[in-house]
Amino acid sequence: MSVITYREALNRALDEELERDGSVFLMGEEVAEYDGAYKVSKGLLAKYGARRVVDTPITELGFTGLGVGAAMAGLRPVIEWMTHNFALLALDQVINEAAKMRSMSGGQFKVPIVFRGPNGPAEYLAAQHSQALASYWAHVPGLKVVAPATPADAYGLLKSAIRDDDPVVVLEAEMAYSWKGEVPDEEYLTPIGKADLKRPGSDVSIITFGKPLKIALEAAEALAAEGVSAEVLDLRTVRPLDEAAIRETARKTGRVVVVDESWPVASVGSHVAHLAARDAFDRLDAPVELVSGEDVPMPYNHGLELAAQPSVAKIVAAAHRALYKES
Amino acid sequence: MADKTYPKPSAPAPGAGPGRLGGLDKAELLDLLRRMQLIRSFEERAGQMYGLRKIGGFCHLYNGQEAVGVGAVSALDLEADYVLTGYRDHGHALACGMDPKAIMAELFGKANGSSRGKGGSMHLFDASRHFLGGNGIVGAQIPVATGVAFAQAYRGRASGEGAKPTGATLCFFGDGAIHQGAFHESLNLARIWKLPAVYVVENNQWGMGTSWKRVSSLEEFHRMADGYGMVGVDVDGMDVLAVREVVAAARARALDEGIPTLIEAETYRYKGHSMSDPQKYRSREEVDEYRSRDPILVLKDRMAAAGLVTETEWEAMVKETDALVDESVAFAEAGPEPAPGALYEDVYATELAL
Ligand SMILES: Cc1ncc(C[n+]2csc(CCOP(=O)(O)OP(=O)(O)O)c2C)c(N)n1
Ligand SMILES: [Mg+2]
Repeated sequence: MSVITYREALNRALDEELERDGSVFLMGEEVAEYDGAYKVSKGLLAKYGARRVVDTPITELGFTGLGVGAAMAGLRPVIEWMTHNFALLALDQVINEAAKMRSMSGGQFKVPIVFRGPNGPAEYLAAQHSQALASYWAHVPGLKVVAPATPADAYGLLKSAIRDDDPVVVLEAEMAYSWKGEVPDEEYLTPIGKADLKRPGSDVSIITFGKPLKIALEAAEALAAEGVSAEVLDLRTVRPLDEAAIRETARKTGRVVVVDESWPVASVGSHVAHLAARDAFDRLDAPVELVSGEDVPMPYNHGLELAAQPSVAKIVAAAHRALYKES
Repeated sequence: MADKTYPKPSAPAPGAGPGRLGGLDKAELLDLLRRMQLIRSFEERAGQMYGLRKIGGFCHLYNGQEAVGVGAVSALDLEADYVLTGYRDHGHALACGMDPKAIMAELFGKANGSSRGKGGSMHLFDASRHFLGGNGIVGAQIPVATGVAFAQAYRGRASGEGAKPTGATLCFFGDGAIHQGAFHESLNLARIWKLPAVYVVENNQWGMGTSWKRVSSLEEFHRMADGYGMVGVDVDGMDVLAVREVVAAARARALDEGIPTLIEAETYRYKGHSMSDPQKYRSREEVDEYRSRDPILVLKDRMAAAGLVTETEWEAMVKETDALVDESVAFAEAGPEPAPGALYEDVYATELAL
């Protein structure tokens, strides 16, 4: 077991997979000579050379689509988007090409590609650079979407994503890159599609994925201090969703708070809330709560941007509502 | 806030002539010099304020590139023309005559900022100065600018097919942005519909840590215009008078002939890409070489040689612009934080029936 950062965990996964499989290559803006805009690819150019660690011009649509073609032709591209905000320029290649190729070709082709980069709000970056876009990808059949929240899951899920024969979108988080956690020294894969119970409890279930796991755990701690036992389920994968795990926790506690930093309308969070309501209807003691990002473009001002995001206080307040408890 | 002191675009007078440079008289030249110095002083202070954590996030400074923004905008008539740019926008905003106080307050995220604290450094806008931002997505302003030019042509041609557009639109972007599909699609659209657009690529040699040469199929960006049947020109982006001249000609071509122009301005950014860039990719010598061609000093020296500025006038100018920047910081410091209720304001232009 070593304590390493989320960034180092991703770097280790990339390094091992580049080493293991000559068809894996990494491509994106500033990934090679600059060692990555967020230093996730540090040292990889030096180790694997410019054929396998490739700097691109600022052409998201172009190099994302190029990755799709390379995958159809048998390579295993890892396409780094400097951030998911810029991936919006490449939506067509992901949704219309990568995701649908298998189906449109009647199963003749597979597209083993990974699209990865930081998603979600950081700090002081305003509307165009600070947004949580999980719902965009999660909406699309043909894609898999993972959202690791700890160094251990970042390592194991990225390795699984690279070995997967379908297109996988990885939602990382700028704020999480420097988070530390224990990661086993031996190699392992974290299965795609499996949620993880990060904290067991009995009174209320907090279901989340990605960066908000941190505040969900803090909220559970705060609730514990007032005698409320909160269970925290980390979905880890948002497509395909681990519906069994959602059903199990919802039926166990009968009170559910879903936390998703995205906008609330048509989001992963709203879908998870629907699943909990559908699958635990007869066991629920309160309406399912959704703590989401506020339904506004992210403002630059720090006070406003904090107010626009889920927080420990908002999660605790939602748990109180689910428990019919005064806040 | 109204600031309409720019000389109207005019063909440069032949030769310098007595008491003139690039067709401009002393007052006009002093105005260009002052605008560049104001930008320099503003950016220096913005950098300091970032260090003091008054400003957060991405903050991209314009030091070194002043001649491009100031020269280009000085060739426009901002009653009719429009300007759009990317995230390195403080200089363009100031060149358009935007109030430095409102800009500094915006960088501080205050309610008295130009976007009421919601936009920050990358998203400056001023409708009254025809300055349409301030875009954080590399290349995204290029089709938008093309659309503004479309509106100018649409309005102008309402009085007949051959009638002139109501003005021209100037679009700034970087050497990194020029490879985006948005750029190439826009040029074709501007050409086939004869839109009054002037595209200015500020080749400051670097797109973050990437040398432009490493990612471009052509060594001369202005030749990309050839592929779209447009006019392409290159200009020394450290020479404010040269920039002004090519933009004036491009503007005339856009209005009179409906031919868009791509201008490549060779320039340099003195500071890192943003405030968090360790700049390991370039050498001290490279930075110094460009600093020796500093756009402000180049103009000042030429004016001094022609007897058009004295050391006393220059010192007074530095003092005056520094004082304006001091005032801007004080204005930003004193500004209120946005009210919590501002979160849901300005999301829609219409009231939502909820
Ligand atoms: C679509 C998109 N991709 C990537 C980025 C990240 N990014 C911001 S600035 C930049 C470099 C742009 O360089 P250039 O166009 O030369 O402008 P300069 O910074 O030199 O003014 C990059 C890659 C972005 N903001 N938008
Ligand atoms: Mg550049």
